[in-house]
Amino acid sequence: MAIWLTKDSKVIVQGMTGSEGSKHTRRMLAAGTNVVGGVNPRKAGQTVDFDGTELPVFASVADAMAETGADVTVIFVPPQFTKAAVVEAIDAAIGLAVVITEGVPVHDTASFWAYNVSKGEQTRIIGPNCPGIASPGASNAGIIPADITGSGRIGLVSKSGTLTYQMMYELRDIGFSTCVGIGGDPIIGTTHIDALAAFEADPETDAIVMIGEIGGDAEERAAEFIKANVTKPVVGYIAGFTAPPGKTMGHAGAIISGSAGTAEAKQAALEAVGVKVGKTPTETAKLMREIMSGN
Amino acid sequence: MTGVKLFLNAGGGATARRGDGTGRAIVDLYEYQGRDLFERHGLPVLAGGVATTPEEARAIADRLGGRVVVKAQVKVGGRGKAGGVKLAEGAEETVARATDILGMDIKGHTVHKVMITVTADVAEEYYFSYLLDRANRTFLCIASVAGGMDIEQVAADTPDKVVKAPIDAVKGVDEAKAREIVTAAGFPTEVADQVVEIAVGLWQAFVAEDATLVEVNPLAKNGDGRMLLLDAKISLDENAAFRHPDHEALVDQAAVDPLEQAAKAKDLNYVKLDGEVGIIGNGAGLVMSTLDVVAYAGERHGNVKPANFLDIGGGASAAVMANGLEIVLSDPAVKSVFVNVFGGITACDEVANGIIQALALLEQRGEQVTKPLVVRLDGNNAEAGRAILDGANNPLVQRVDTMDGAAERAAELAAAGV
Repeated sequence: MAIWLTKDSKVIVQGMTGSEGSKHTRRMLAAGTNVVGGVNPRKAGQTVDFDGTELPVFASVADAMAETGADVTVIFVPPQFTKAAVVEAIDAAIGLAVVITEGVPVHDTASFWAYNVSKGEQTRIIGPNCPGIASPGASNAGIIPADITGSGRIGLVSKSGTLTYQMMYELRDIGFSTCVGIGGDPIIGTTHIDALAAFEADPETDAIVMIGEIGGDAEERAAEFIKANVTKPVVGYIAGFTAPPGKTMGHAGAIISGSAGTAEAKQAALEAVGVKVGKTPTETAKLMREIMSGN
Repeated sequence: MTGVKLFLNAGGGATARRGDGTGRAIVDLYEYQGRDLFERHGLPVLAGGVATTPEEARAIADRLGGRVVVKAQVKVGGRGKAGGVKLAEGAEETVARATDILGMDIKGHTVHKVMITVTADVAEEYYFSYLLDRANRTFLCIASVAGGMDIEQVAADTPDKVVKAPIDAVKGVDEAKAREIVTAAGFPTEVADQVVEIAVGLWQAFVAEDATLVEVNPLAKNGDGRMLLLDAKISLDENAAFRHPDHEALVDQAAVDPLEQAAKAKDLNYVKLDGEVGIIGNGAGLVMSTLDVVAYAGERHGNVKPANFLDIGGGASAAVMANGLEIVLSDPAVKSVFVNVFGGITACDEVANGIIQALALLEQRGEQVTKPLVVRLDGNNAEAGRAILDGANNPLVQRVDTMDGAAERAAELAAAGV
C-alpha cells in the first residue's frame, strides 16, 4: 500500500522541459514511476523523448489530468513561478503536489497554503524545498535516489534530504514502505503529524522513523500527536544540537529563535512520550533495527 | 537577476543551488532602516535621517531644526544606559553628540551610524506586530495597549492585555479586519481610527517587502494626539530577494564574519562557529548532524568542537570542493577537517576525484595544505570513491567509512593538533 504514492500513481511534472525537471523526469522513469506527461503552456502539444519514452506536454495541470488521469504532480519550476504552479495544481484539485523547488518566498508558500485551505484541502502539498516522496519498488516522485533501498515495512518522515538518504542507507537491508521528505522551510504543506497519521493507518508500515531539526515546534507537536494517536513504534532523530541561536543552518526554517526551536526541547518532548531518540543517525538506525528484530 | 534558474534542494545531489548561496534566510534591519521603510510606505514616523559622520549629522540637524535625539544604531538592547541615546539642541550640539556616540562600543558592538530624529512627546505607548506563525502555517497579528515593554513579559503577566489574531494570507488585513483587531485589543476610541489605518498600511508594507516580522514597539500616541511608529524590529525574507533588489543594500556587511563574507562571494553556504574541526558536507541536515556528531566525539578528545557549518550542496564538483576547502582551511582555528558526503544522486567516485583535484588546485593557488583531512564517503558508488582516495595516496587524507568513526578520528586529530 505505502502512503500517498503507490505503483498506481500517475505522475505529471510541472517544469518537465527545464533542465532539472527533465533530468529528474528521466530518473523517475528509470525508477519505475508511471510518469504520464508534463505541463508547460508554451510547449503544449509537443512531446519529449526520455530514452525512448515519449511524454506529452500539456497546457495546464487540468488538461494533463483530463487526458491522462494523472493524480500526482511534481513541481520543478523556479521560485518566482512556484506559487502560480501550485495554485494551478490546487485549482485542478489534483490529489498530490510535490514541490521540490528551494528558495520559495515564505509569503508565497503561506499564500498558496491559505488558498489550498480555502479550497477544502483537496490537494496534499509536500514541500516546498523538499526531496519528494518515494515508495521503494513502487513509485518515486521527486529527487530521492531510487536505488538506496528496496521496499520494506519502515515508514520514514524527514525535514532533511541527505539525512533521509543516510537513514534509508543505514536500514537498506530492512527496507521502507514510504519515505517522505517534508522539507526544511518555515511553512510546509505536509507535516510530521500528517505523515505519522498516514503511517499509523498504513497496513504495510510496522514502525516509523521521524527525522527533525532545529527551528519551530513541529517536533513538539508531533510528540503530542504520537502520545494520543500512534500505536506503532516511533524512533526519532534531531539534527542541530550544536547549532548556535540566531544562525540559519542551511534550511530557511532551521534557526533557533530565542529559547524556541532547540534540539534539546524537541528530544525531551519526544522522549517524554516514549519515542526513542538516537544521538546520531547510526544510533537511530540501530534503535529501529532493534525494534524490527523484536528486541 | 533575470532568467529561470531553478534552485533545488541541495540534499542528495540535485545540482542547482540557491543563487545567493548565503545560508541566511533573514535580513534583520537596523532601527533607521525600519524608519526609512515605514516612511516609504507612508506610515507615520518621526522626521529624521541617518549619519555615519558628524558632518552628515550636522546636515540632518540643519534640515530638521530645533531639538533632536541622536541614537546609536546597534542591534543590541540597553544602548540608552550605555550612553548611546542623547538629546541635542541645534546643529552644534548634534555634531558634538554624534561625535561622542560614533565609534562607541556598546556590548561589543561598535557604533558606525547614528539616527537623528525630531523628538517625540510620548503620551501613551502601545504594541503592534505582524509575524510568521509557523505552527499554523499563516501570519499572526499581535496587538496590545500595554506597549513599550517586552511583549512576552506582558503576555505572561497579563495575557488578557494581548490580542493574537491569525491573518489569512490570501485575504490579508482590510479595514474591517483591522477594526476587529483594534477593538479586541481595546485601543482607546480617540486613537482607534488612526490605529486601524496604521494596521492596514503596516500589513501592506509587510506583504510588499516580504517581511517575516514587523514589530512596532512602541506604537506611540504623541502629545498632540497623533500616532507614531517609534521603534520597530523588522526581518525580511531573503528567499524573496529576487523581487527586492534593494534589500541587498540593507544587509549589514560590517557585521558579517569575514570568512562568511568570503564564502558568500564564492556562493557557499557557510556559517562560522568557534571550534577546531572544519566541516564540509552535502545537504543542510547532514551537515547539521555532522556538527553534532563531531561535538560528541570532541567530548572524548580535548573538548574540540566544530569550527563551521559548510554545505557544498549536491554537486560537490572539484571547484566547489576546492572553494570549500579553501574557506575552511583559511580559518586559523581549524586543526583538522572532516569531509562528510553521502552520495545520493552524485556518485562518490566523482566526489573523491573532486577532493583530490581540490587539493591539487589549492596547491596550484599556492596554498600550503598541512591540516589533515578525514573523509567519509557513503552511498552511491562509495566503493569506487574510496578506491580513488586510497589510490591517490595523499598523506593528508585519511579515509574512515562510517560517519561516527570519521567524526571520532577528526576530533582526535584536531585535539592532537591543538
